[in-house]
Amino acid sequence: MSRKIGDVILDLQNISLRFGGVNALTDISFDVREHEVRAIIGPNGAGKSSMLNVINGVYHPQDGKIMYRGKERKKMEPHMAASTGIARTFQNIALFKGMSVLDNIMTGRNLKIKSNLLLQALWLGPAQKEEIEHRKKVEEIIDFLEIQHIRKTPVGRLPYGLQKRVDLGRALAMEPQILLLDEPMAGMNVEEKQDMCRFILDVNDQFGTTIVLIEHDMGVVMDISDRVVVLDYGKKIGDGVPDEVRASPEVIKAYLGAGH
Amino acid sequence: MPTQANYAALDGLHTFPRLILHHAITRPDAPAIREKSLGIWQTWTWSDVADRVRALACGLSALGFKRGDNLAIIGDNRPHLYMMMAAAQSVGGVPVPLYQDAVAGEMLFVLQDAEVRFALVEDQEQVDKLLEIKDQLPALEHIVYDDPRGMRHYTQTFLHDVHELMEMGRIHDRNHPDFLNGEIEQGHFDDVSVMLYTSGTTGKPKGVCQTHASFIAAARGGIEVDRLTADEDILSYLPMAWVGDHLFSFAQATVAGFTINCPESGETVMTDLREIGPTYYFAPPRVFEGLLTSVMIRMEDAGKIKQKLFHHFMAVAKRCGADILDGKPVSGADRLQYWLGNLLIYGPLRNVLGMNRIRVAYTAGAAIGPELFSFYRSIGINLKQLYGQTETCAYVCLQPDGHVKSDTVGAPAPGVEIKIADNGEVLVKGPMLLKGYYKRPDATAESINADGYFLTGDAGFLDADGQLKIIDRAKDVGKLSNGGMFAPNYIENKLKFFQFIKEAVCFGSNRDMVCAFINIDVGAVGNWAERRGIAYAGYTDLATKPQVLELIRECLEEVNEALAGDVMVADSQVHRFLVLHKELDPDDDELTRTRKVRRNFVSDKYKVLIDALYEGKASQFIETEVKFEDGRRGKVSADLKIVDARTFPVAGKTA
Repeated sequence: MSRKIGDVILDLQNISLRFGGVNALTDISFDVREHEVRAIIGPNGAGKSSMLNVINGVYHPQDGKIMYRGKERKKMEPHMAASTGIARTFQNIALFKGMSVLDNIMTGRNLKIKSNLLLQALWLGPAQKEEIEHRKKVEEIIDFLEIQHIRKTPVGRLPYGLQKRVDLGRALAMEPQILLLDEPMAGMNVEEKQDMCRFILDVNDQFGTTIVLIEHDMGVVMDISDRVVVLDYGKKIGDGVPDEVRASPEVIKAYLGAGH
Repeated sequence: MPTQANYAALDGLHTFPRLILHHAITRPDAPAIREKSLGIWQTWTWSDVADRVRALACGLSALGFKRGDNLAIIGDNRPHLYMMMAAAQSVGGVPVPLYQDAVAGEMLFVLQDAEVRFALVEDQEQVDKLLEIKDQLPALEHIVYDDPRGMRHYTQTFLHDVHELMEMGRIHDRNHPDFLNGEIEQGHFDDVSVMLYTSGTTGKPKGVCQTHASFIAAARGGIEVDRLTADEDILSYLPMAWVGDHLFSFAQATVAGFTINCPESGETVMTDLREIGPTYYFAPPRVFEGLLTSVMIRMEDAGKIKQKLFHHFMAVAKRCGADILDGKPVSGADRLQYWLGNLLIYGPLRNVLGMNRIRVAYTAGAAIGPELFSFYRSIGINLKQLYGQTETCAYVCLQPDGHVKSDTVGAPAPGVEIKIADNGEVLVKGPMLLKGYYKRPDATAESINADGYFLTGDAGFLDADGQLKIIDRAKDVGKLSNGGMFAPNYIENKLKFFQFIKEAVCFGSNRDMVCAFINIDVGAVGNWAERRGIAYAGYTDLATKPQVLELIRECLEEVNEALAGDVMVADSQVHRFLVLHKELDPDDDELTRTRKVRRNFVSDKYKVLIDALYEGKASQFIETEVKFEDGRRGKVSADLKIVDARTFPVAGKTA
């Protein structure tokens, strides 16, 4: 592998998140380095999705600091996260079911479109040129994810595994620096999981995209991640390379072992 | 680009490289190859093709490829793969296309046998396969890949990007400007132009060596019969290792100079077909069958009015469509109805199928159901049959326009002589015969008799119109213990004509009755089951449903009734059958890569089931190991019910 893991790109320091009296996340700190595959694991309700939503700017933690590229991020809104290069996919696929695969991925280019609404509506001059460029990028993603055959198919008619792939395509269309994947392999069969793993690794490898993913399937996590952070009941109980995490007694107790 | 003067020395169009140069001079801007890339059809003109072939050929030489070397070609139908065939031929080498979906172990034999030194492969997947077995291939020196995706981390010096090879070639060409023309000039029509391996239904695959002369003769004959022009469009989607694709997409395209279109990927073939609208089309019967099944399934989901319209006009088409196509007299009222049907149903249907522009469509490789065959003809698609083998460039019989029947494979093609041997075997002779099997003079001697006829191994006869009718493989035709003729393929084909039956294997040689294994078609039966509210989980579950067994029994009884009507085959009625718990699969060696049943293998593997059929048991438990695409293994087991089918008295015998 020639891929080089770089400096810390995202640093989460002492994050605490409360919903009323419920402590969703308590004093959690970890960092994400450039070009790495970083996994967040933990049992149900451990706070994994909350963590992703904090990074993404959907939730605002009551305590703690988020350092993104060396700068402290104050209150962040999701669209701001998006425009700074953070894209995500969702656990329950968030696509436009009635729209074609192509159009869905095209929505991922939305932030990159410069020309105004009127020009776009009339498909005039710069808007036309711009759309052709964006379409080219989208076609490259379609080619990359090997979904040429469903280009024009409405997303709602696709099987689940393919919808997940389209969701990934939509996130990729933003050309993100950090890609947040919320259970990209949930509900997939073995073959679909293998495909998805390959695409995640290819994205990481080919575009150098930093990937933060939440995943239940331990086998998958251990295979494709560079480092893993383990949460349980909103607390961090482990952090390190897969082998370290696998060997940690606390992690075994909370997640890998019996007792649930 | 070399000047025109250089080309003038290459006179006589008797090799493929010369033909390509000819097109490049006479019609440089005509489209030769199209490929859909990033959603857009890209075109290479004949002059582009000649230019690239030149670069590829010189690149090969720069790497040390020599006259007489074999070059493996592995991958889907991609422009560079086709061009590479001509490039290898240009410098006197022989392209050896392999089936791209074979696993590394299966490729090993062919690569070793052909002593391949160079390979052009499509992508990383194929590179990985070759690397896996490279230790066992001492002769293999260079691997060139077409698609660079995922290849960044491969550091082996024997791996080359195809563009890198062409760059090498262009430099070589600049330094030795006369080299390639000299090489092409040395090419002789009697040189081997391609080596195609037989699928190996029996024993190890054999390399069939065909010459420029034989493939050009076969191509010219087909072009003559169907009056093909340089304006045809063909979709190249069948495996390049298969003789048919080589004939249509390479030989005929190069001789006639028409355009081949490479689909975007295996899954997009249907869309690409619609977009291109080929004028000349080939598909094995199963493709036509698949299309019809999907049309019928969607029709059942359509509204009442649409269904009524469809069925009404399909009845009209059935009555007079084929006659109109054949130019036979048809009443005015029917003509009017057909015209209306064409407007409302047939035209739109052809459009959906991507067959609007088709002038000539062929099917071959297996028997086609009469219903299926006449369906396509009745809606105005000129579907015909042809007959041939790898050894005969897939060129023995063609059905001429106006003389098309569903149960024959056509009249002898121009230049082909046919003789029927005493045992019923079909013997053929002509310019399209193989030069020999590679390094197998013994096999060559066995397959060509003293008079120069090739032994096809098929049993058949010429009918009253002089058209050839194939019954079965000569060696498969057996006898029942009561002496009645048993032609398994004949029965199986009849069974497979039902949309619910995907595959059938019949047994009966030296037995007192015929029994059968059935594979249901999951698509068709699944839809049928859903309609009746029968819940199922996967193939095995569906295959063991009593309602499904009942459905299949009805199909069998219909076949039995038909068989009873013909004294020759009346004894072959199927008495007992079972539905297999898994689909027969090439990955489990039960089918060949061309999806033909390996009869002996299947009967050994499922011996316990055959015994159960003949011992009169009512059910039998079986557990089978299956191989998945990624090489993992698993087990499938089921308790299979054995069903008795009604048989019918022979027509005329009882009276």
